[in-house]
Amino acid sequence: MADKAKDVQKKEAGKTDIAERTRAAKIYNPDVDIIEGKDRIIVIADMPGVNENSVDITLDENVLTIYGKVDWKVPDKMKLTHAEYGVGDYQRIFTISGEINREKIEANVKDGVLRLTMPKNDAPRMRKITVNAG
Amino acid sequence: MLWTDGFGMFGRGLDPWSEFQRIENEMNRVLSRFVSPSTSDFPAVNIWTDGEETVVTTEIPGINAGAIDISVVGKTLILKGAREPDQLANGNSYHRRERWYGQFTKAIELPFTIEAEKVSAGFSNGILTIRLPRSEAEKPKKISIKSV
Repeated sequence: MADKAKDVQKKEAGKTDIAERTRAAKIYNPDVDIIEGKDRIIVIADMPGVNENSVDITLDENVLTIYGKVDWKVPDKMKLTHAEYGVGDYQRIFTISGEINREKIEANVKDGVLRLTMPKNDAPRMRKITVNAG
Repeated sequence: MLWTDGFGMFGRGLDPWSEFQRIENEMNRVLSRFVSPSTSDFPAVNIWTDGEETVVTTEIPGINAGAIDISVVGKTLILKGAREPDQLANGNSYHRRERWYGQFTKAIELPFTIEAEKVSAGFSNGILTIRLPRSEAEKPKKISIKSV
């Protein structure tokens, strides 16, 4: 058993998380790690069944949407005799705080894991405001 | 069920709702045969079968295919593997940490003996698929009836 307690069940997305859909598939929320460093934010998502062509990432204002489409075939002429997980698409939506350099966002998918690197803007737009007495 | 004793049910001091509870439990038991897992160890597996072979699929993204250990003994399939946690660079911190890491071992009992020599496995986009043919010796044989 793993060091980190794991939920065996995949988490199906709640109705409020998703827009109404035209595709008849379940939607699951992928497990994610979000790591913040000085100059970048990294999002890693477990999305088994997804490849580089079937994942869609959009950043609209501060809303980051990750969507992975899973094309999946039932094994030929076989019957499902025991099921512990469901198969469906993945979606997860985040609100990103801070300034992201949109031009330099990088994403790659390997073995069903999406890794998204979002560099922060070089010049932090922070200004210290002195408070004057009087 | 039969309500032969009518109001006697309540008269005996039984909680009338317990009957509904019993029905609900019974429904859950019947339905669970179709939907619920019989084991809850990681990783979750789906098992497909026809008369000739069984296909086991499991989702273990981010694992190096070489690090997955599959072994077969009689009717039992054993999966072993591990995924290392990401090493954090200096100054980085986790905002969320939901992904699993560590080692797992899972034993799955199949309905028939497996032809261990002919087991094959593939790993694609984080999904492991194992094909387990049924042992030749165990396959059902058709017996023809001769008229005497």
